[in-house]
Amino acid sequence: MSETAQVPSVTDRAKPVAAGAPVVGIHFLGQTAAFVLGEETVLLVAPDGAESRVAIHAGGILSVASDSARVLTGGDDGKVAATSANGESETLATDAKHRWIDRVAFGPDGAIAWSAGKQVFVRTAKGEVKSLDLPSSAGGLAFAPKGLRLAIAHYGGASLWFPNAQAAPERLEWKGSHLDALFSPDGKFLMTAMQEPMLHGWRLMDGKDMRMSGYSGKVGSMAFTAGGKWLATAGSEQLILWPVSAKDGPMGKQPRMVAPYQSRVVAVACHPRQEIVAAGFEDGLVMLARIDDGAEILARRPGGAPASALAWNHDGSKLAFGAEDGAAGIVDLA
Amino acid sequence: MSDATIQEKFKETNKDKIPVTVLTGYLGAGKTTLLNRILSEPHGKKYAVIVNEFGEIGIDNDLVVGADEEVFEMNNGCICCTVRGDLIRIIDGLMRRKGKFDAIIVETTGLADPAPVAQTFFVDENVGKKARLDAVVTVADAKWLRDRLKDAPEAKNQIAFADVILINKTDLVRDAELRETEARIRGINPYAKLHRTQRAQIPLKEVLERNAFDLERILDIEPAFLEVDDHDHDHGHDHHHDDHDHGHSHAHGGLKHYHDEEMQSISLKTDQPLDPDKFFPFIQNLVQAEGPNILRCKGIVALKDDPQRFVFQGVHMMLDGDHQREWREGEARQSRVVFIGRNLPEEKIRKGFESTVATY
Repeated sequence: MSETAQVPSVTDRAKPVAAGAPVVGIHFLGQTAAFVLGEETVLLVAPDGAESRVAIHAGGILSVASDSARVLTGGDDGKVAATSANGESETLATDAKHRWIDRVAFGPDGAIAWSAGKQVFVRTAKGEVKSLDLPSSAGGLAFAPKGLRLAIAHYGGASLWFPNAQAAPERLEWKGSHLDALFSPDGKFLMTAMQEPMLHGWRLMDGKDMRMSGYSGKVGSMAFTAGGKWLATAGSEQLILWPVSAKDGPMGKQPRMVAPYQSRVVAVACHPRQEIVAAGFEDGLVMLARIDDGAEILARRPGGAPASALAWNHDGSKLAFGAEDGAAGIVDLA
Repeated sequence: MSDATIQEKFKETNKDKIPVTVLTGYLGAGKTTLLNRILSEPHGKKYAVIVNEFGEIGIDNDLVVGADEEVFEMNNGCICCTVRGDLIRIIDGLMRRKGKFDAIIVETTGLADPAPVAQTFFVDENVGKKARLDAVVTVADAKWLRDRLKDAPEAKNQIAFADVILINKTDLVRDAELRETEARIRGINPYAKLHRTQRAQIPLKEVLERNAFDLERILDIEPAFLEVDDHDHDHGHDHHHDDHDHGHSHAHGGLKHYHDEEMQSISLKTDQPLDPDKFFPFIQNLVQAEGPNILRCKGIVALKDDPQRFVFQGVHMMLDGDHQREWREGEARQSRVVFIGRNLPEEKIRKGFESTVATY
């Protein structure tokens, strides 16, 4: 997109949200948008626009996940908390040594996972807590779509852990530091974002490696499109989409690139029904791009701090955005 | 390799970045004493502190973070390119609380190599955007440093890497011993600012806000052989005693001058302008080839037909450089380049540097 003026715009449909602090994650809990802020607070915005703030952590909020009913947060106060749309919050775990909770994840059937340095914990739906020691800190956590199986990205690869089994975790090796983990919706592939400007992936059936490179920066955000055909990724001056629907996933294939722009993509969020991706850029711009034909719609004008979080509601009628400087809003697309 | 090319990056103004001071020093030298001193003085500033051992800090501070000192190799074909993975994660986390602290202090373990910490600021873009390395401060034990320089490569790295060195516990050694220790330090690193201290007592401005990695401030690259700031004011008298150390020494205005057999500094200068088409390939190839052995480098360069000073600095294979300012009227357009490293091929570096002089 060279001239923002030529692109259709929905910026007039955005209602500002007074976040006032860096937005580190956004999730829709039903029709309520939960803006997770950098320190202490989850800001809940009801469908009528009413804002309420819930103080959750005594300090910084380091990680965010959601199961669409609650938002799970990990803080530098050593707490793992789950907050609902009505503002009720429950502390699910407190680290005995008050270590930082670096990563959190929601699993199937209400299981949760979190990590503190080199230790990873899973709390099953029944409330049983199991832990695993790693040789290096967990960079990312992701539950497999089915069964109680947790992928942990770390230095030198990733581990696949069945918390209910006695067996040692299965190790997927790849040199370097792996920082984020994501399963494909069909559970066939595990993707990790690395310290280097690249992604790595494994086909879990046979452990075959996939290298996805060509980025200009670290890939700080990635998501699968509805149906799981594409992996949308940040880290470049355009949206990079890897085809994953084939048996081999993205192996040997070129990515599709849409929404070229002068600034780098730093946040992505996929529409829940259509092959449309919201991309947030380093200069604050937010754009919707249709994968099929690359059509673009401007959702937020550039200016201010980098976009830091994006989220669609369940039917794709609303898009919420937040930025590092505390600017935020909800665009009504209905 | 993009990491080794001089990029005109870090254009963002440094003043918005959080300064990070790295405290190193061999086991028992007095790092924690210095840290506690920094935290307890009435300076009105708030520090976030990244430590390896919880519990040693005597000050109540909710911004103390435990680190794991995880050194990660980068996948970029650069064998010496390592970063502190835990530091990337922690600095990212601390930035959630930006505004709640003025600076970050990273205390390393006694056996740590400072290079991965420094390289983290070059390699990780997110860290480099939000924080800046201010200085590497090394605390050395006045009594035991000389022994450690012989048997502990880590101690030598910490001295070679330092911008500021505190020779601590000077009350436990005689003056001759102290001079000997200073001469040993100078033999490795003639560029660091040296301070004599007892119980790590030092004005904080000498260790904090040094801007030692700021390209704007690359000025102090003249060796400082004779400068030692003395912060202990109760010397005993000077008991002379024999020196059993190896190495060659010669007197230098009363201060012995050692050449360390392994770790040296090389200083080069010329009054003739350099040819950019020769100088940049030279420096890039040099850090490619000798990067693992070059701990630090710095330079101010006068390029042919260029009204501005070009300044650079580097850690191992990583270089950061930029035009600094116009040469002033009457200012000698002299190029000066220094390297600190291990077993450096001095002749090759000298000849290489000389070959970059512009021919008109």
